Amino acid sequence: MSTARTTLRLGAGAGFSGDRIDPARDLAEHGDLDYLIFECLGERTVATGQARRLIDPNAGYDPLLDKRMRAVLPHTTATGTTVVTNAGAANPLAAAELVARTAAEVAGGPVRVAAVTGDDVLEQVRRHNPVVWETGRPLSEHTEELVSANAYIGADAVIPALELGATVVITGRLADPSLYLAPLAFEFGWQASDYATLGAGTAVGHLLECAGQLTGGYYADPVTKPVPNLAHLGFPFADVRADGSAVFGKLDGSGGTLTTRTCAEQLLYEVGDPAAYLTPDVTADFAGVSFTQVGPDRVAVEGATGGIRPDELKVTLGFRGGWVGEGQISYAGPRALQRAELAGDIVRQRLHEVHGLATENIFVEFIGAGAAFRGLDSSSDPHEVRLRVTAQAASFDAADAVGWEVEALYTNGPAAGGGARRSVTEVLSIRSCLIPRHLVPTDVHLLEVTV
Amino acid sequence: MTTLDLLADVRTGDKGSTLILAVFPRDDEAFRYLLPRLTGAVVSAHFGDLVTGDVRRTALPQLPGFVFELPGVLGGGVTGSPTLDGHGKTLSYHLLSLDL
Repeated sequence: MSTARTTLRLGAGAGFSGDRIDPARDLAEHGDLDYLIFECLGERTVATGQARRLIDPNAGYDPLLDKRMRAVLPHTTATGTTVVTNAGAANPLAAAELVARTAAEVAGGPVRVAAVTGDDVLEQVRRHNPVVWETGRPLSEHTEELVSANAYIGADAVIPALELGATVVITGRLADPSLYLAPLAFEFGWQASDYATLGAGTAVGHLLECAGQLTGGYYADPVTKPVPNLAHLGFPFADVRADGSAVFGKLDGSGGTLTTRTCAEQLLYEVGDPAAYLTPDVTADFAGVSFTQVGPDRVAVEGATGGIRPDELKVTLGFRGGWVGEGQISYAGPRALQRAELAGDIVRQRLHEVHGLATENIFVEFIGAGAAFRGLDSSSDPHEVRLRVTAQAASFDAADAVGWEVEALYTNGPAAGGGARRSVTEVLSIRSCLIPRHLVPTDVHLLEVTV
Repeated sequence: MTTLDLLADVRTGDKGSTLILAVFPRDDEAFRYLLPRLTGAVVSAHFGDLVTGDVRRTALPQLPGFVFELPGVLGGGVTGSPTLDGHGKTLSYHLLSLDL
């Protein structure tokens, strides 16, 4: 299979768990793809998945997985496109069973679904007791309940599934660029020690992993960076050569724009040190990357390389952190900010004196008067202000007092407060640690759909 | 006096409590103008007390672009901070207001 390939086309189907679905369907139908990749997992997403799984053993995967697969499987099955996704989140096996059922309904042909497991390392971290980065203390010294521990696994966990002929691969905490690197390494026969090429492939994966962020999403500004038709933003694909260089494109007629500038912005997105971007596969080096516009909405990338992969794998830990309550209310017109500040003082005082919340856990913001910039650039006379109060508490009821007190401002607070809203959500605190690779064996489970 | 908004675009990313600011001069001339002026110290001062350590700058002339790492700005990060915009996604536009 791999010997005749000169280029491989990978499409970006999703850049986060809540991403749009129609751009992926369009790519599946018209993109002439070899692989369609869905990145659906953030640090918090995998922990919330574990929390859902604790309530229902059959839950824990991405809530939109079924909708996404229904939209693309009829096309990917017809065109021979392989799907790879980390939407298995906290439960890749249950996700694979769901996708197999959906495939039997909609795919119109045989589908081989593979679940990749092994990223769930809750037992291993309890035994290994690593130091937690954020606190500097061993895991065993933390009193909060540890709900989840998921290691970032790499392309080497996915390649066995592709070798078994899987046409849909579902993983948990696979690193984002590894979703793309795995098919490249498999098809082109890249070795696990060929770090320069793995670095180049990782750059391709990093550029595609946020989907629409390469084609004008998170980029557009109507004055400095106008982008056409964001309502139908086209997701990108890459034609990748065996040396890891690539040309990016998007479907003709789709919205958005693909230029050297959109690519440069995405190359450095969430990259602290461009010369040492750590993944489970490689220490990628993007410092020498350059882009060339080779046509309308077509950009070539070259110059990425890499060095030896890290010895240890990063682990995302999810701790139960109690509850957070929130309330919001608006003030407008003359003295809007003064009335909002008075309202904030009243709520803060009552949450402490009447409801017993610790003052240091109460947080007050004035939306429209500098909240977004965290007080760095505040406005003293905004025409409209929205008070936002949040507080963390040990119980649902204690947290619920926040929204209650904000709502009670209607009849007990400053003049002309309107549009109060309240919510309570459970908090999962995310922290990180490292774990030796040999403690993270991975496995592949196959489900055949023969319809 | 000019502001960064006239010379460059900025995109933010987050890694824990660290805010990552990627700055993209609109052309090579703007890159050369910014190289001695848009230092780590200047960017750090613009974010004031939110920055808790040294700001590291990486220059990538071929893009052209700069990366700044600002430790502490996202205090607690997206899951540990009560702030409405926990990711700090809006903060790129705070840097654009920088006077040069």
